[in-house]
Amino acid sequence: MYCASSAPGTVARSGCSVDLNPRFRFESFVVGAGNRLAATAARTVAESPGAAYNPLFIYSKSGLGKTHLLQAIGFLTLERQPELRVEYLTLEEFVERYHASIAAGQVEAFRRGVQETDFLLLDDVQFLADHREMQSELLRLTEALQAEGRQIVLTCDRPPAEIADLDERLISRLSGGLLVDIGAPDFETRLAILHRKAEERGAALPPAVLETVADLVVSSVRELIGMVNRLIAFQAVSDAPITAEAARALLTGEVPGGQPPAGEPAPAAPATPDEFSAFVSVVRHTVSETIEAWRSRVGEAVLRWQGEGYRTRRLEQLLLSDVLPDVAAELADFASRVEELRRLADAVAAFDPAAAGSACFHDPDLLEEARVFTDQVKEGVAPPPPPSRALSFEDYVTGSANDAAVRAALAVAAEPGRKFNPFFIVGASGTGKTHLLHALGNGLLATRPEAVVACVSAQAFTDELVAALDAGRVAWWLRRYRRADALLLDDVQLLAGRERTQDELFNLFNAFADADKQLAFTADHVPAQLADIAPRLTTRFEGGLVVELAAPDRLMRAEMLRRLLATHQVTAAPDVIEYLAARPADSARAVQGLVNRALSRMDAASESLTVQTARLAVEGRSQRPSQLQAVSAPIPAGLDALMSSREKVVWDWPNVAERLVEEAR
Amino acid sequence: MSLVNFTTREITCKIVYYGPGRSGKTTNLQHVYSQVPADRKGLMVSLATQTDRTLFFDFLPLDLGTISGFTTKFQLYTVPGQVYYNATRKLVLQGADGVVFVADSQLRQLDQNFASLQNLHANILDSGVDIRTLPLVLQFNKQDLPRELILTPAELDEALNFRGLPAFPADALHGVGVFETLKAIASDVLRKLSARDSGAQRV
Repeated sequence: MYCASSAPGTVARSGCSVDLNPRFRFESFVVGAGNRLAATAARTVAESPGAAYNPLFIYSKSGLGKTHLLQAIGFLTLERQPELRVEYLTLEEFVERYHASIAAGQVEAFRRGVQETDFLLLDDVQFLADHREMQSELLRLTEALQAEGRQIVLTCDRPPAEIADLDERLISRLSGGLLVDIGAPDFETRLAILHRKAEERGAALPPAVLETVADLVVSSVRELIGMVNRLIAFQAVSDAPITAEAARALLTGEVPGGQPPAGEPAPAAPATPDEFSAFVSVVRHTVSETIEAWRSRVGEAVLRWQGEGYRTRRLEQLLLSDVLPDVAAELADFASRVEELRRLADAVAAFDPAAAGSACFHDPDLLEEARVFTDQVKEGVAPPPPPSRALSFEDYVTGSANDAAVRAALAVAAEPGRKFNPFFIVGASGTGKTHLLHALGNGLLATRPEAVVACVSAQAFTDELVAALDAGRVAWWLRRYRRADALLLDDVQLLAGRERTQDELFNLFNAFADADKQLAFTADHVPAQLADIAPRLTTRFEGGLVVELAAPDRLMRAEMLRRLLATHQVTAAPDVIEYLAARPADSARAVQGLVNRALSRMDAASESLTVQTARLAVEGRSQRPSQLQAVSAPIPAGLDALMSSREKVVWDWPNVAERLVEEAR
Repeated sequence: MSLVNFTTREITCKIVYYGPGRSGKTTNLQHVYSQVPADRKGLMVSLATQTDRTLFFDFLPLDLGTISGFTTKFQLYTVPGQVYYNATRKLVLQGADGVVFVADSQLRQLDQNFASLQNLHANILDSGVDIRTLPLVLQFNKQDLPRELILTPAELDEALNFRGLPAFPADALHGVGVFETLKAIASDVLRKLSARDSGAQRV
C-alpha cells in the first residue's frame, strides 16, 4: 500500500497512492440522525489526526456507509495534509500482507511499514475472529501507532466486545478511543439519499416517486440505491413518466419481473393519490430538519470544540434547555469567546509561555478571568514561580547537621524581612539546601498567605532573563519579580559569569532590602568563596546570616531511611535501618540511593527487607553469620556515651585491606 | 401558547386562508378535509349562510400525530371575504403563524384581489406585525375556468406577487394545488419559527 502503483479508482498524493474510491467523500455522504455522530467524529479525526479520538471505531450493519466514511476520512486527510502517509486496507488485505511478509521472512519490514503510516484505515475488522494469530500482531501495531500519536480508524459490523474470540486486551485497546455506531437511515435521510443518487445518475424522478420509495422500509443504503437503479431502468423503457403508485408496485414486487412488456403503458396513477400522507411527510421532514436540528447543530459544535480542547459546559447546558434557544447566536457567541481566548492566550504566550497553558484559556465560561489574568501578565503582576508545596518543614529531617540552619529558617519564616535578611544557606550537593529553601518559602506563605513568594533556581532565573531580553521585555520581567514579597534563589553559584543576571539580581536585591522584603539564597560555598560572582553581591550575601548544612549524621540517616521506606510501604526491622544508616552516605541523595538499591534487591528476590538483602544490595555479597552479627550489633551503650559524635565511629569495615591500600597510596 | 413547546413536546401551527369573497378559501379546507384519513378525521366547523357564504369562519383542526417526538397539530382557518366582516377577519388573524392568500383568477375579480391583499396588509400592520416577517404564500385559484375568463398564473404573479412570494396555481374544487399550497405554507411556518433569529413573528 505504501507508495503503491496507481490503479483505477485510486488517488495519488505526494508520491503515494491510496486505494480510495473517489465517490466516497464527505461531500457525497448524506448525514442524517442515524449517522450524524459517526460523520462528525470521522470529520474531526480527519481534520485533527491523532488528536481527538484514537482509535476511532465505527460499527454498523452492512450497507450503512462504514466504508464510505472510512474512505472519506482518507480523502479529507490527504486534502488537508498531503504529506501524511494514509493507508486504507481491508482486514483481509492486511492479513494477506502479513502472511506474505512471514513467507518472505520480511515481518520486520512489514511492521516498520505499518508503523510509519500516519493514518491507518482498517475496514471490516470483524474478520479478526478468523485470524487469531493476527490479533496479537494488530494489538502490538495499534499500541505502537498510538504511542507515536498516529491515527487509527477501524470499521466493523459489530462492537469490539461482540467479535467472537477477540483478545481481551485488543477489545480494551479498540474500545479505548471512541466507539460510534451508524443506525439505519430515517425517512428524511432515505429521501435525501434517493435525491442524491437520482441526481448522480442524471435521472429526473418526480418528488412523489422518491417520497414513495423513501417510505418503504429498507435495512441498508445499498438497498435504496438498488431501488433507484430499478426505477431508472424502468423509466428508460417506458414512454410515460413513472408515478408514485407504479414505483411502489414495481419495488414491492407487485409487477412481476419488475418491467412491463415493451409497448405497454405504465401503470396509471391512482385517481386520488394520498395527498394527506404526502403532506404529513413534508411536515415530518421539515420538523426534523428545523425544529430538532438545532440540537444536532449544538451537538456537533460540542464535539468540535471538545476536540480542540475547550470546555463546552455552556453548550451542553443549552442541549438540556426546554425552550428553543437562539442557536445561531449562541454558537456565534461561543465561537467568538473561543476566538478571544485564543487571542488572549497568544498575547500571554509572548510574555510567559507557561502561563498560556492556564485552564482559563480553555474555558469560554472563564473569559472574564482570562482577560484579568492576561492584563496581570502584561502588567507583570502574574506571580513568579512559587515554592513547591511538596517541600515543607514537616518533611525536613533535622539533626545535628542542620539544626541551627532549620531554627534560623523558622525564625525567618516567622518574621520575614526583619531577622536574618538576606538568609544564605550553604551546603554541599544533596544536603537539603533546596528543600530547606522551599520549606522556608512555604513557611513565609503560612505566616502570610496573601504574600507573593518567588522561589526559583538561579538557572531558571537566568533563562527567564535571557528569554525576556530576547523578547525585549526585561522591564516586564523585572516588574514581575519586584512585586513579589520575598525572593528565594536556589544555587546562586550558577550565576558565575552571568554578568547581566548578576546586575539584575543586584538591582532586585537592593529593591527588596530597601523594602524589608525577605531574600534567601542557597549555594555550595560560602559567599566569599563563590567564584565569578561580583563582590558587590557576595558582600551583600554576607551581610545577613550564613548558615551551613553538613552531611547527615547516622541518626539523621536512620530517620531519613525510616521515612523513605515508609513512603514505599516497607517496614524495616531496626537492625536493617541500623545497617543502612551505618553506610557511608554524605547526602540525602546518597541515602535515597541506598534505599533504592535495597528495595530493588528486595523486589528482585521477592523477599522481605532483611540485613542480608540490604547487604547484598549495597555491597553485592553476603557475609558470614558471625560478621553479620558483628555489623548489626547495636553500639555498646557505654561506648556510645563516650563519643561526642556517632559519626566519628565506624562500626563496619568492609574491604579493610583495600581501604588500607588506598590510604597508603 | 407557543408554536413549539419543548416542555409539552407540542407543535401547533395556525394557518389562516385569506382572500376576497368567493375566491375558494373554504373549498381549500374542504378538499383538505376530504383527504384526511377516516381514523384521524376531526370536526370541521363551518359557519356559513344559506348561500354558503362564510359568515364567521371555518375551522379545520389537523392532528398529524407524533412527529420527531412532538404532538403536531395544524389549525386551518378561513376568514369571511366580504368587505363588511373586517372585524371578524382581524379576530381570526390574531395569532396566525402563516397566511395563505387565495386569489380569484378571474379577470373581473382582480380589483377584489387587490383590495383584499391591501386589507390583509392593513390588518397585519394594525396588529403591530411586519408582514415581511410573516410566512405568506399565494394561491391563484380557479385556474380550471375557461382561459378567456381568467388571468394566467404568470399574469397574476405579475399583478399581485410584488414580493416574490411562493405562488401556486390551483383548482381547489378538484383538489389541484391545494396540498401544494398547504405544504409550502407549513414548511415556511415551521422553518421560520424554528429560526428565531430570522425574526419570524405571529400576528
